Amino acid sequence: MIPLSRGPVPATADAVVIGGGINGLAVAYELAGRGLKNIVVLESRYIGSGSTGRCGGGIRAQWTTKENIRLAQESVAMYENMSAELGYQVFFRQGGYLMITENEKDLPALRDAVALQNSCGVPTEFLPPSDCRKIVPDLDVSRLVGATFCPKDGTAYPFAVVWGYARACHRRGVRIFIRTTVKEMLAQDGRMRGVVTDRGVIHAPVVVNSAGPWARHLAAQVGVSLPNRQERHEIMVSESLKPFLDPMVISITNGIYFSQSLRGEIVGGIGDPHEPHWTDPAEFDTRSQLVFAVRFARALTALYPRAAQVRMMRQWAGMYDVTPDHRPILGGVPGLEGYHHICGFSGHGFMLGPVTGRRMAEHILTGRPDEIITSLSLDRFERGDLQADAFVVG
Amino acid sequence: MFLCCCEDVTLREWRQAYGEGFSEMESLKRYTGLGTGFCQGKRCLSEAAAELAALRGAEPATIRLTTIRPPAEPLTFAELAALDLDAPGAVPRADGRAALPAPTAPEEES
Repeated sequence: MIPLSRGPVPATADAVVIGGGINGLAVAYELAGRGLKNIVVLESRYIGSGSTGRCGGGIRAQWTTKENIRLAQESVAMYENMSAELGYQVFFRQGGYLMITENEKDLPALRDAVALQNSCGVPTEFLPPSDCRKIVPDLDVSRLVGATFCPKDGTAYPFAVVWGYARACHRRGVRIFIRTTVKEMLAQDGRMRGVVTDRGVIHAPVVVNSAGPWARHLAAQVGVSLPNRQERHEIMVSESLKPFLDPMVISITNGIYFSQSLRGEIVGGIGDPHEPHWTDPAEFDTRSQLVFAVRFARALTALYPRAAQVRMMRQWAGMYDVTPDHRPILGGVPGLEGYHHICGFSGHGFMLGPVTGRRMAEHILTGRPDEIITSLSLDRFERGDLQADAFVVG
Repeated sequence: MFLCCCEDVTLREWRQAYGEGFSEMESLKRYTGLGTGFCQGKRCLSEAAAELAALRGAEPATIRLTTIRPPAEPLTFAELAALDLDAPGAVPRADGRAALPAPTAPEEES
């Protein structure tokens, strides 16, 4: 991997990418693959230490807006080939995603979602509750009213993905600096000029803000106001078990999601409407809470009673970078040349990172408008062009 | 020689991971799996930290250990589900803005 943790940063770069998570590493890898030289990635702690390394690892094309479906569909195709592409095993496994609901009133939306996904070529199907047991034997379906299932969705190991990207970046000449913090963003006369770090100044014409929960704070330094807020979400892992669970199970009723990793652990979380949110990084609180463990355990054992005697090993928390419509913010801002966002993924950066990195690299280098990037640009909030996705869970 | 007996991480693997650029306990843990097994690092973290200190040519006391995650002992989902959070003296839920304590240790250099 060879991240650099010593010595000064270079005085100049062709592009500075802020953030050593999936989004920063993917865009750096794609920029280098298109011939850009002298790319620097800056990570304040270690590779994957932010939201990427804390996430549940799910990758699904089941969404209710066309942009999300198309992006995620492309991402699934990239994940299918990722181990070969990066020369590194990322443990992508397509066990599918089973999205369940306990509310009758959700059923029309579920059927509409299946139709929209099918129209995009995503092979999702609607399932009556009894059929869910064919996919997850022993699931308690007594309270379910319906589900959707897409067999091509799946999971990957988030750390393996960022390690694979970091190695591949290194092979392409990208320099990754860890334990390096951006102190100041430098802009002048309507152009990005570079960044000031705690190891020196880097002058660069292109700066990509892929700092996840810290992106808002960095954008503010160049006069860009992001509508993002940061939420704490918690997650846990159980002891290892023999393989028993193919898909990710996710409830759009109470927000629980759980899957089985290739180490055999149940990995899962549950959304909590009481979760605090912040906008100031100094206040981020990612300590674990007992209330999460109890809520998760109750929701899991209600859906999957056989899990009652399985032990929970540990829990942790991470930050979501949440936008008003739960869709990412991509691309530049008018009047500030060379500055680009890849942030605001609202808990879905891991599944969308590879494809947004690829599309953003193409967009940055060619300047050509990209239909999806345009629709996800920051000015959509001013245009009022908000299409909230109904499948925001967890 | 095994450093982590739960996850079968050998001393050689620990040193190799360090050589590959994983240079602090948090990322070494994630790369090797050391400390993620049934004892949750109770048997191996100190030894692994001492080995990391030796690799760096530093004092063991300068090594920052990984964050210790709850629960202290594994609990079954049935035991967790049965806890009454509204009982007197139960842990209150944090909502609103929590004040953060000062960090327990400075970010280390290597």
